[in-house]
Amino acid sequence: MSAEPLKPSKPSPTGPRAQSASTNLWGVVPFFLFALMFLLLPTAYLMVGAFQDGDGNFTLNNIRGLFEANVLDAYWMSIKISATSAFGGAVLGCLLAWSAVMGKLPAWLRPTLMTFSGVASNFAGVPLAFAFLATLGRLGLVTMLLKSLFDINLYATGFTILSFFGLTLTYLYFQIPLMVLIITPALDGLKKEWREASDCLGGTAVQYWRYVALPVLWPSIVGAMLLLFANAFGAVATAYALTGSSLNIVPILLFAQIRGDVLHNPNLGYAMALGMIVITGLTNAGYMLLRSRAERRSA
Amino acid sequence: MKKESRLGAWIAMLVGASYFLIPLIATFEFSLRMRRGEYSFDAYRVVFADPLFQQTFGYSMLMAVATIVVGVLLSVPTAYWVHLKMPKLRPWVEFVTLLPLVIPAIVIVFGYLRMYNSSSIIPLTGSARATDFLLMCSYVTLSLPYMYRSIDTGLRTIDVRTLTEAAEVLGAGRATILFKVIFPNITSAILSGAFLTFAVVIGEFTMASLLNRPAFGPYLQLVGANRAYEPSALAVMAFLITWASMGLIQVFGRNSRTAPTK
Repeated sequence: MSAEPLKPSKPSPTGPRAQSASTNLWGVVPFFLFALMFLLLPTAYLMVGAFQDGDGNFTLNNIRGLFEANVLDAYWMSIKISATSAFGGAVLGCLLAWSAVMGKLPAWLRPTLMTFSGVASNFAGVPLAFAFLATLGRLGLVTMLLKSLFDINLYATGFTILSFFGLTLTYLYFQIPLMVLIITPALDGLKKEWREASDCLGGTAVQYWRYVALPVLWPSIVGAMLLLFANAFGAVATAYALTGSSLNIVPILLFAQIRGDVLHNPNLGYAMALGMIVITGLTNAGYMLLRSRAERRSA
Repeated sequence: MKKESRLGAWIAMLVGASYFLIPLIATFEFSLRMRRGEYSFDAYRVVFADPLFQQTFGYSMLMAVATIVVGVLLSVPTAYWVHLKMPKLRPWVEFVTLLPLVIPAIVIVFGYLRMYNSSSIIPLTGSARATDFLLMCSYVTLSLPYMYRSIDTGLRTIDVRTLTEAAEVLGAGRATILFKVIFPNITSAILSGAFLTFAVVIGEFTMASLLNRPAFGPYLQLVGANRAYEPSALAVMAFLITWASMGLIQVFGRNSRTAPTK
């Protein structure tokens, strides 16, 4: 988005091959046809279905169904996990990115961190669940080490990897690296001169962050946090592999609904899908808004 | 004060590194524990010998290749056309390519199941082959943000207009321009899109599971629910595959960077 658009923005006909705009459109027809068939229409189908009953009549019952205790609980749990992992991921990701960009660490650490973040942010899904079971499960390495070295029985404290806390901890594994990838360019955008100016005026490090760096950074940080939220909200595979269907979160509930109509109301599934799109859509819209704001600042 | 900030940075880096490395170490260690009392690669041997592993992995590999081919054939002409003829359309195309990041995969596949069920006009879930096709299309959709983005970035580094005009003057047709001029010039961008797509597709669970196809992702889940040590071996392998894909992107990305920019 930062790159300038093609320079000759006026439609300059290329010699004798000058074509009208309608002929030009044919070049993008396959793409939009594909998008229509495999992205837009299926989604629209659900959104319309959310307002219909089994016979196709208009109804708000499905939307009302979203507020039944079971479904509402799932939404609330999902929102809590997504928000916690987004917030934690943002804070820890910022710290990591900060230490790589401005920590005056050996030069090789930064490219290493970036490459690893690329890998780890894509290491989601079922294998990630296995990794955390091997780490913090009942027989996991960390669980066992804590027991033998410090005599701490993790599972006696009520901790389990199959819980809210366990799932959040697991999600952080792809949230933190994603944050590092998103926020590093923003940290790079902080000009050295600002820090020098702040130092010259007698500002402390705290004052620099409080009055200079954070006001510049916050749209990027909050925007990235929203993206992380949406990222966690739609994730199914990790949670499913980790907890089966025991944890009541929206994607799992929807998964079970699609598989076997657990809610005994097929159209309620449409409403749940609609709810998910609304939530991820809103957070993404917020992200784009804040990102354009951040770009205007740095321009 | 300077020393202080460096200490903080080291602490952040060390805590971060241990959070990321400990699960990997733990997974690897766990995968070696299958034989009682000693470390062995038994879990890996069992996994490799499992015919289901071979079948599902082969199936997902095939799917990944098909997805990459279709994704490239869909994205390159579109991105090229938008660059050359319809710059005004760019925000729209970009918006559509980013939608799969907004709409959760489970919602998309739910829509497929309703729209393409066996009693619909286009019964894509009617037969196994048709469902394979639908699954591939779903993967193309999922990988669209990565594929289209990297191709779009690649096109920005070359002068599309001049190349096209030069080729036209020499008498080349549209297909020739696309396949003999544009493709070779953005190979590295296409490859990095391809490897990302590969990483996305190979372990994908939701789509394959709900469409009931024998892919690697659902197999992983099945093993995870029924076995103790094999899942860790599989997780180690999955991590290595992701790592290899990203490493290859780095390699090809570096080659491209030395050429046009800077």
